[in-house]
Amino acid sequence: MSEQGLDPKTKRILTPLLRTGLGFYIALIILVGLFLLANYAWSVQLDKGLAVTGLNDRVSWGIYISVFIYFIGISYGGTCVSAILRLTGAEWRRPITRLAETSTVAALLVAAIMPMFDLGHPEKILDVVFYGRIESPLVWDFISVGTYLAASMLFFYLALIPDLAILDRVLPKRVRIRRTLYRVFKMRWEATPAQVRKLERALMAITIIIIPIAVSAHTVLSWMFGMTTRAGWHSSIFGPYFVAGALFSGIGIVVIAMAVVRWAQHLEDVITDFHFRRMADILLVFGLAYLYMTLSEYLTMTFQPSDDEKILVGLLTSGPLAPYFWISTLGLVLAVALLAIPRTRTVAGITMAALVVNVALLIKRFIIVVPSMQVPLIPGDAVATYSPTWVEWALIGGSFAAFGLIFLVASKLVPMVSIWEVSEGDKAHAKDAPAAPEARTPSPEAVASVSVVVATEGRS
Amino acid sequence: MDERISTDASNGNEGEPTDPQRRRFIKGVGIAAATGVISLTAGQLLAEGAARASQGLDGKEDARLQYAMVIDLAKCDGCKKCTKACQKEHFLAEDQEWIKVYKVDDGISGEYNLPRPCMMCANPPCRNVCPTGATFVNSDGLTLINHDKCIGCRFCLAACPYSARTFTWKEPEHTPEELAHTYSPEMPLPHRRGVAEKCMFCVHRRKEGKLPACVEGCPMGAIYFGDAAENAVTNSKGQTLPLRETLADNAAYRLRDHLGTGPSVFYLPQRGRRA
Repeated sequence: MSEQGLDPKTKRILTPLLRTGLGFYIALIILVGLFLLANYAWSVQLDKGLAVTGLNDRVSWGIYISVFIYFIGISYGGTCVSAILRLTGAEWRRPITRLAETSTVAALLVAAIMPMFDLGHPEKILDVVFYGRIESPLVWDFISVGTYLAASMLFFYLALIPDLAILDRVLPKRVRIRRTLYRVFKMRWEATPAQVRKLERALMAITIIIIPIAVSAHTVLSWMFGMTTRAGWHSSIFGPYFVAGALFSGIGIVVIAMAVVRWAQHLEDVITDFHFRRMADILLVFGLAYLYMTLSEYLTMTFQPSDDEKILVGLLTSGPLAPYFWISTLGLVLAVALLAIPRTRTVAGITMAALVVNVALLIKRFIIVVPSMQVPLIPGDAVATYSPTWVEWALIGGSFAAFGLIFLVASKLVPMVSIWEVSEGDKAHAKDAPAAPEARTPSPEAVASVSVVVATEGRS
Repeated sequence: MDERISTDASNGNEGEPTDPQRRRFIKGVGIAAATGVISLTAGQLLAEGAARASQGLDGKEDARLQYAMVIDLAKCDGCKKCTKACQKEHFLAEDQEWIKVYKVDDGISGEYNLPRPCMMCANPPCRNVCPTGATFVNSDGLTLINHDKCIGCRFCLAACPYSARTFTWKEPEHTPEELAHTYSPEMPLPHRRGVAEKCMFCVHRRKEGKLPACVEGCPMGAIYFGDAAENAVTNSKGQTLPLRETLADNAAYRLRDHLGTGPSVFYLPQRGRRA
């Protein structure tokens, strides 16, 4: 633990907790505005029923469900960075774990609310618990997302405790309410060796547990589609396909959050170019994995298609929604190119790639959900249509605003860079390696067993 | 297991001894593997449960086909009187068609009309996905909906391979006659907003010994309905056919039969018909 005389780095990490710039208020006003608009839209929908959406008997799931999948997906960034990198001992993760965990919690809190928009009777949501049929994939989904949310919050909180103690100690007296919160929630943390040992064991336990939980959450979500007989949904790779997409977009979100926080909180020397390049490596691996699965999925549907698949592929490649399919697919290719070509592996290029990935995968979720429902199932039936209404767009806008708001509020309550984890890393660093290894040691721990990425390494 | 892995490691290039962290990791892998085994078992149990629940029309142990509907496509002229009779019987809005008549031109057999009610599947995908048990199969093998339990998630609409379900997107327009009914899944009136609905083979009319509204409403006598155990189906003209023989002699087929849903609705091809 760093002592009273704070080093300049820690000071900079703490500054945003004490000083609030104009940018914060502008962002706050915009986000609260969007959030209130969404509240109004929901009240309209509750009053008039789902008739105010563009949904119909044929396309009965639309952008609510698509964006719900997207939010569950982006929660994976935190799990990957914090759990997988922690488990594999990737030291460089330290300055970005807090960001990653925050994005997981924020994404899951939003995702937990989103299915409510889609229900004919949102007030009966708890019937899924009380009258739940365990045979239903939707009940599996409820259980796995619920468990995942609880585990993520626990993870976020456990890794926060030492920082809460630091905040309680070093923040000035005038921030009275927050200091009370810190004092309560630090749970008498004194950083005694016994406490440190316990915390480390607890963190390791949750690190291991949360990985299968996270995988289950998106797998089970994909099964809501995979367990039906529809063309484009009834696919055995849907679980891994959704998981790969989730990791791709989730890590992308962490990269975007890194760029925003680094810029807004002036943390260029804490979140460095090196971190962006490491994240780019991971992004690239999952990007290639995702493209591979995309090829595998669509080639199977195209080469010897069933009647339904033929119509679906036609809709995707040349139907009214075809532009979305092509934007999404080419966007994914573009993102992978940005991450792979040495010239574009700069902070700006990597952040741009992360943005493209997220837009492409957001559209992709839509392209997975809607066209399969447009396919006529009965001979003589027509292709169904769907166009979302302002109510749906407003609720989607509000969901993104809520995600941003959670981040914004979190950035005023807790440091966006984990102080104790970074200082512990610095200490270990100073002990082990007198000369910091700036060179890009290939980092197998970062990319687990996948080694495709090595081929793309061009320069330091 | 620890033992073996550390031996392997020492035979390798590095020869690291097993450290506590590695042991912890191996423990983690063990937990993950156990999770895998547990989920496999759970999957099997679920599959068995679903299989047990799905016996009926096609099930080996309980092979009784309960109600059967036979639609003679050669007789259907696409007048949609079945749809209208159904809408009147169930107080449905104009755009809500529990039995819907499609105009089909498959490029081979010429144009024909295809009425599509609920298929009353032996293994109904809508029931299989329902999170609350709102969709259930009654003791007569009919798939019905208990709207008290329906949360309006529309998973059933997504899962139905026949587009047979509708959703009450807005508050239905009520009539005094409709409002006078006391709700039961066999007579789901008054209609409610935000729930899934579908054809129910007019289960309520059976108690009065009447044919379903669509069957009775068909002026062509194209739709036959009956109890499969009696091996007899009847149309609006009072013509009664032996079920099994009719199906066999006319090369009857079922919609999307390859999906394994086991529909109770059979179609007689439109032989000899000039469009």
